[in-house]
Amino acid sequence: MKTTGLNPIVSIRSRTVVMPSTNIDTDQLVPARFLTTTTKEGLGKALFADWRYDADGNPKPDFILNRPEAAGCRVLVAGRNVGCGSSREHAPWALVDYGFQAVISTEIADIFRNNSLKNGLLPVVVDEATHAWLLANPGTEVEINLASSMLHVPGRAPVSFPIDPFARYCLMNGVDELGFLLSSDEAIKAYEAKRVA
Amino acid sequence: MSAPKTMFEKVWSAHEVVPETADTPAVIFIDLHLTHEVTSPQAFSLLRERGLRLRRPDLTLATMDHATPTRTEQVFGGAPITIDSAAKQIRQLEVNCAEFGVELLGLQDARRGIVHIIGPELGVTQPGKTIVCGDSHTSTHGAFGALAFGIGTTEVGHVLATQCLLQKKPKTFAVEVDGRLSAGVTPKDLILAIIGKVGVSGGTGHVFEYRGEAIRAMSMDERMTVCNMSIEAGARAGMIAPDDTTYAYLADTPRAPKGSAWESALARWRSLPSDTGAQFDKAVHIDAAALEPMVTYGTNPGMVVAVSGHVPDRKGDPVFDAAMKYMGLNPGEPIGNAPVNVVFVGSCTNGRLSDLRAAARVLRGQKVASGVHMLVVPGSQEVKRLAEAEGLHEVFRAAGAEWRESGCSMCLGMNGDTVGKGQYSVSTSNRNFEGRQGVGARTLLASPETAAASAIRGRVTDPRELLS
Repeated sequence: MKTTGLNPIVSIRSRTVVMPSTNIDTDQLVPARFLTTTTKEGLGKALFADWRYDADGNPKPDFILNRPEAAGCRVLVAGRNVGCGSSREHAPWALVDYGFQAVISTEIADIFRNNSLKNGLLPVVVDEATHAWLLANPGTEVEINLASSMLHVPGRAPVSFPIDPFARYCLMNGVDELGFLLSSDEAIKAYEAKRVA
Repeated sequence: MSAPKTMFEKVWSAHEVVPETADTPAVIFIDLHLTHEVTSPQAFSLLRERGLRLRRPDLTLATMDHATPTRTEQVFGGAPITIDSAAKQIRQLEVNCAEFGVELLGLQDARRGIVHIIGPELGVTQPGKTIVCGDSHTSTHGAFGALAFGIGTTEVGHVLATQCLLQKKPKTFAVEVDGRLSAGVTPKDLILAIIGKVGVSGGTGHVFEYRGEAIRAMSMDERMTVCNMSIEAGARAGMIAPDDTTYAYLADTPRAPKGSAWESALARWRSLPSDTGAQFDKAVHIDAAALEPMVTYGTNPGMVVAVSGHVPDRKGDPVFDAAMKYMGLNPGEPIGNAPVNVVFVGSCTNGRLSDLRAAARVLRGQKVASGVHMLVVPGSQEVKRLAEAEGLHEVFRAAGAEWRESGCSMCLGMNGDTVGKGQYSVSTSNRNFEGRQGVGARTLLASPETAAASAIRGRVTDPRELLS
């Protein structure tokens, strides 16, 4: 299988940045006016644009990503049901371009989760208690071990998170799902031959 | 005898190229790939980078809708498109479709429109098909008994290259709508009530099947409104069993099968509805007769009340408090007190001919209130043509509303049609997220009837007050 050009992920170690809002939708992640682009690059500056900048384009000092303690954080802890709404893959493109490698929540919307997995952004669904602790303790250094599907939080028992084994294989090996589909060519041909139009 | 199956299971298993295993997702064949200018450019780039061809141009159809202008002079008159990057995206789709051999219903094509309006209109949306598009409102096509869902751009590339997707099988969720909607209560009110009941993530991981008497009584336009907003409850897809209403609609469409092909298609389609006794993973019951016209008051489509009701009081709930702050509304006040600055009738949710007729029925002989800007945007050029043939555009213009060319328009702020900061917009679209219709815009989702009534009164209004 051909690689995606994504770096293989084995584990992620980073401090967390916490955005406790429930239902952070993809219109907040990347407002629609930034979607008139024909490339994936450079969307990090559009990430959370309407929460992050004032009307003149200056950073709002109170917004978490503009605070000094958020610098260098690669793990976003978000409120329940993050990524709901539009199918725009610009949302994970923007998160990755900004520097995030994982999003932790109790619920992650379907399309956003799928899009994230294809861009080396790890969607990590955890139980309520772990989530509540993470929300209450921003800036904690956590380790997300993809090989073992375990989230390690200092002073707490490690918790496992669900991840599709195929997606995990692709992420750990920097392998492209398209390669797998292309390798199914014979099966696709056979299906097409018997398919009723 | 095999176990009774749901409609979803029948469509899913008929499209398994390679079944799911413990280690790998299923390879699912896609019968129809709809594509548009905003979520496809990077997918075509992927094909170029890999030296891949488009596998099935015959199953791919492109149009432009999201970033396109709706002003006639910009669509047909040669006036420049205001947003440079949008103009570039439109040109890029033309280049991509020409290079890869995709049929494109381009900016000036009489068949152009919102992708979820034109698929059914052309008759390419059919029962039992798998249909995908890089747009979450692809769920609309489920109204025909298709399995239709939104995908990201990487997956758009997968379908372009292989006509297949890797998918984990979702679960099923029966939405049982008991009884009939009463007069003046619309399918939009029903789906808003369903989202309010199920919650904005209640359908995550599931495919809805809308069932029951109220659904069976609906026209195809109405069923599409319901299925369209499945994603707003977290469900990627929503399906309705095909029936004689479905077949009568399709029989008149240009690209439905004809002659003996129609007869054999019909035989296949009749086998699609869920078997008696089929088991769903989840279910919810809604009493249609108890519903009233609905409107949203907050910043997600599940924050919904009856138009005649009050903003609830959930002070202390952070989602509620943030929504009140953004919307500038007060807990406990009648939603009818909310001012109205903008009214938008259109979108893939409510931009079909029957929606425009419904708005016109309320507006006929009336005037949009002073200070209210009302925009009516047909969902497709064909809807526009049919509406004009009935004189609906004259009703809108006489009332003081603007009448435009088709497109996604004010549903999302990326094509030049926006709602201003702090303004209240009663909109027939599908999302009331912060900033959805423009930076700082405050959106109240409602039916075309409620939108039109609210335009006349200049405040959120129960359309039954004007229709009695």
